[in-house]
Amino acid sequence: MPKVRIPTPLRQYTGGDSEVEVGGDTAGAALDDLTGQHPDLRQHLYTGDGKLRSFVNVYKGDEDIRYLDGSDTQVSDGDELSIIPSIAGGSAKGSAGRRCR
Amino acid sequence: MQTREPLVPSPNGAVKLSNDEISRYSRHLIMPEVALGGQKQLKQAKVLTIGTGGLGSPLALYLAAAGIGTIGIVDFDVVDESNLQRQILHGTSDVGRPKVESARDRIKDINPNVNVVVHEEALTSENALDILKDYDVIVDGTDNFPTRYLVNDACVLLGKPNVYGSIFRFEGQASVFWAEEGPCYRCLYPEPPPPGLVPSCAEGGVLGILPGAIGTIQATETVKLILGIGEPLIGRLMLYDALGMNFREMKLRKDPNCPVCGENPTVTELIDYQEFCGIPQAAAAEEKNGVPEISVSDLKGKLDRGEDVFVLDVREPHEYEVANIGAKLIPLGELPERLVEVENNGGEIAVYCRSGVRSADAVRLMQDAGFGNVYNVEGGILAWSDEVDPSIPKY
Repeated sequence: MPKVRIPTPLRQYTGGDSEVEVGGDTAGAALDDLTGQHPDLRQHLYTGDGKLRSFVNVYKGDEDIRYLDGSDTQVSDGDELSIIPSIAGGSAKGSAGRRCR
Repeated sequence: MQTREPLVPSPNGAVKLSNDEISRYSRHLIMPEVALGGQKQLKQAKVLTIGTGGLGSPLALYLAAAGIGTIGIVDFDVVDESNLQRQILHGTSDVGRPKVESARDRIKDINPNVNVVVHEEALTSENALDILKDYDVIVDGTDNFPTRYLVNDACVLLGKPNVYGSIFRFEGQASVFWAEEGPCYRCLYPEPPPPGLVPSCAEGGVLGILPGAIGTIQATETVKLILGIGEPLIGRLMLYDALGMNFREMKLRKDPNCPVCGENPTVTELIDYQEFCGIPQAAAAEEKNGVPEISVSDLKGKLDRGEDVFVLDVREPHEYEVANIGAKLIPLGELPERLVEVENNGGEIAVYCRSGVRSADAVRLMQDAGFGNVYNVEGGILAWSDEVDPSIPKY
């Protein structure tokens, strides 16, 4: 089965698991299976109308699926999908730019 | 030795090293990849570090020690006790001082040959191009999305490399965004997450050592770019996982449809990045969906008078262990299943967390579940410590 690597900020929605084995033979099906196993993840990965959020990138191996076949990208046993969300941390709270809030 | 065009051309005779500098940099001078010419390039180089926090600290320290001639620092914050766990530019005696001042003193102490240029202001769309334009390399050590997109766009518009690093809990990312040679930050992430969906370091925490690993990668990339040696992280995203202790590398591509560095850019000047990141919209929505609040002093008064107030703490047990005021603890995530444990006899319910964000969610959840008289304790346990009981530690 392919597996999906879960980044730290999203592990709270997978019961702390850093890797989840999934079914499906495309990236889209694999992510569907992932969010089926962990429903709370869904809103963090997809917009309301079912599009992958633009601050979440999914890689197969070291390639962004946007530059493969997107959610139709073929995956098979032993493939590794990685979810790479944008993170902003670096210093104290808003110290260099204008404070968020 | 050079594998690419150096960012700073060799100044040859235009820059001289004193005998003291030659002694100081001897471990560089005996390496053919740096040598006398490279050390002069470093001395000629101007590097801007945006932020003097977790990432900016190791960056500025190593760049200073390495002999970068001019280091600019941008920050408007003051040193806080909670910075010291990771921001090694600043010391205990600096608490309360402007960060740029303590950073300048520390850099000068490490290497008095460095010309430190202080920008004690917030980086904004109005001043960014003016501040960035005089530097060879920009190093992004900020902590929020609006400033990251601002730094990226300003670097693309000015044609400058942006040495990127970002951290969260046990994980870090690093890359070199340089639109002239590869992708920019927007090619990787066209849009930021909506406010509140991704926790910041202040909310999510960060291992104090983590920025050391990522900041030194940024410093390494900066020196490599200046000297034109090695393979820079252009078009590659380095991922570091401190718990698994592994590095992974992802390929990045330049997006031909990128709004700022693509073939038909729509962003041709700096925009309002607060707006772009949805900050004012989120604040307005919050105001509209505001929950009833109670101040810590009012709550204290009610408790002292023996009024019927049920106080609920919705933080996590490990936070409760650090500081608590003896209230009932039900972590926010468990609240929906444990509402029966909250007395709903018509009396007032005051809900608090660390600073008031999670407890506002809890109040909304309880209102939806039919609880009346539920109040969010404004400012959370931090405000309680400030205004009611200073013996409660702040974290």
